[in-house]
Amino acid sequence: MTKKKTLTILVNILFIFLALIIFLPMAWMLVNSLKTNQELFRNSLALPAVPQFINWVNAWNKGLYKYFGNSLIVSGCSLAGILILSSLLAYGLTRFNAKGSNVIFLIVLGGMALSEQVALVPLYKILKAIHVYNTYFAVILPYIAFRIPFTVFLMRSYFIAIPKELEEAAVVDGYNSLQIFQKIIVPISKPIFASCAIVCLNHVWNEFLFANVFLESKELMTIPIGLMTFKGDLRADYTVMLAGIIIASLPMIVLFLCMSKQFVRGLTAGAVKG
Amino acid sequence: MKTRKSTPYLYMLPGCLMVLFFVYIPVIANCVYSFFRLSSYSADMKFVGFDNYVRFFTNDTFWIMIRNNVLYCVISLIVQVGFGTVIALLLESSVAGRFRNVFRNIYYIPALISLTAVGLMFTYVYEPNLGLLNSALKALGLSGWTQAWLGDSKLAIYCIIAMSQWQFTGYITLLMVVAFQNVPNDYIEAAAIDGAGPVRRAVSIILPLAKEQFLVCTIITVIGAFKLFTEVYSTTAGGPGNSSQVLGLFLYQNAFLHDDLGMAAATGVFIFVITMVLSIIQLRVSRSGEV
Repeated sequence: MTKKKTLTILVNILFIFLALIIFLPMAWMLVNSLKTNQELFRNSLALPAVPQFINWVNAWNKGLYKYFGNSLIVSGCSLAGILILSSLLAYGLTRFNAKGSNVIFLIVLGGMALSEQVALVPLYKILKAIHVYNTYFAVILPYIAFRIPFTVFLMRSYFIAIPKELEEAAVVDGYNSLQIFQKIIVPISKPIFASCAIVCLNHVWNEFLFANVFLESKELMTIPIGLMTFKGDLRADYTVMLAGIIIASLPMIVLFLCMSKQFVRGLTAGAVKG
Repeated sequence: MKTRKSTPYLYMLPGCLMVLFFVYIPVIANCVYSFFRLSSYSADMKFVGFDNYVRFFTNDTFWIMIRNNVLYCVISLIVQVGFGTVIALLLESSVAGRFRNVFRNIYYIPALISLTAVGLMFTYVYEPNLGLLNSALKALGLSGWTQAWLGDSKLAIYCIIAMSQWQFTGYITLLMVVAFQNVPNDYIEAAAIDGAGPVRRAVSIILPLAKEQFLVCTIITVIGAFKLFTEVYSTTAGGPGNSSQVLGLFLYQNAFLHDDLGMAAATGVFIFVITMVLSIIQLRVSRSGEV
């Protein structure tokens, strides 16, 4: 038993060491975001004499609030689109024994293998041609389309497992297929909706490539590109910039700490990076 | 259920149309574009055959990009998948102690921060005069070890790779932890009764039963390595010189800085072929088991 105890201590020392590596850059950024620029230039390792919470306020007021609002709009619309279209698609695929549904599923799933970069140039031209370039829809539409394959993949496996008897009872009650979807399938599938939502949100909230190319005006920028612009606008105001990075990163971290269970389930059901 | 024959297809239609219109058609169009010379500002297209591909493969930066993408890939496999899996094994072992979930969640936090935020944060960490790294080295009396980091053409790509390891190792660890939790306890206990030690149990029982998740992790890491873009864009933008250039950034710069859409499309096809092959393997693997 003593051997096990020593091992536990050694392993936990390693764990703590790794946690320090994770925390160190973040803690350093946090500390420096609360300093004046002079303090930062004098010694970036020292603590601030008086915590400058004003930096955070400045970062928020100097444009971050606008980017935040844009991200909320884009993420909200994308999420709604992804969940509605994917769940309907998965419903059609799984609950009707429809002919050809396997082929359709494979085609949709194939979309997972196509990366955003490969579509970038033609999408740019398409979005310009349909006059949505540099509007919220310029990112919302591609976000929805690119997340559908993955979300259908998750929802399909969940819907398949729902027992047929539930539907049969509903048919006796005179429900049509849309009512069955709304009143039976969706309520039962809340966990998978939550998992899909959270994983898609993490993706959409942090997406950079499309947002950077398809949104041109500052008024529309989401947080990830907003941050890059922010850096250019602020130039030497390092501490406010650091505060901005922190504010931009907080929402997803807080969400994860509150809903880590749904996060973990969604992530492991379909591992897709970036 | 009494429904018209068309009903299920009506449910599928909107989603399918979206995927077709915004995923499949652009990818196919990209393949077509790669044989043309074209610009963002006009609709003119001039057929040039394989010229874009010739220019792509004979470009000065081609081998630099391949080297950088492959370096990123190999190091990520060793650190994220290799080391990340070892950490996952330790977190799930009997010697982990009761804070295992706390550590697991801490390691995952960087993966929640956007790539741009991490990129910007590390440009400050690597900053030569006031950055965390050089300041810490000086404070430890190791002034001789200070470097220009991202400003050094030999080091820049390694700095970017290191940043990614910081961000994503915990993600792989989390994926592997869940896979290990799905290994039935009976198997592990049976092996323990047969006298297998913890290392033996890990190698002979736990890892083989989680091999599908392990493969998925390997493949997403490799695909991620060839899609690499934001990490480089937000730190060095490919510099100094072209020393940290990668395929994804090269595509972007050709399309939107040099207005050479044909070249960008050819680069896209190259990335497409690599990621496509790997994704097909991933789908095969993840459909064969309960991943």
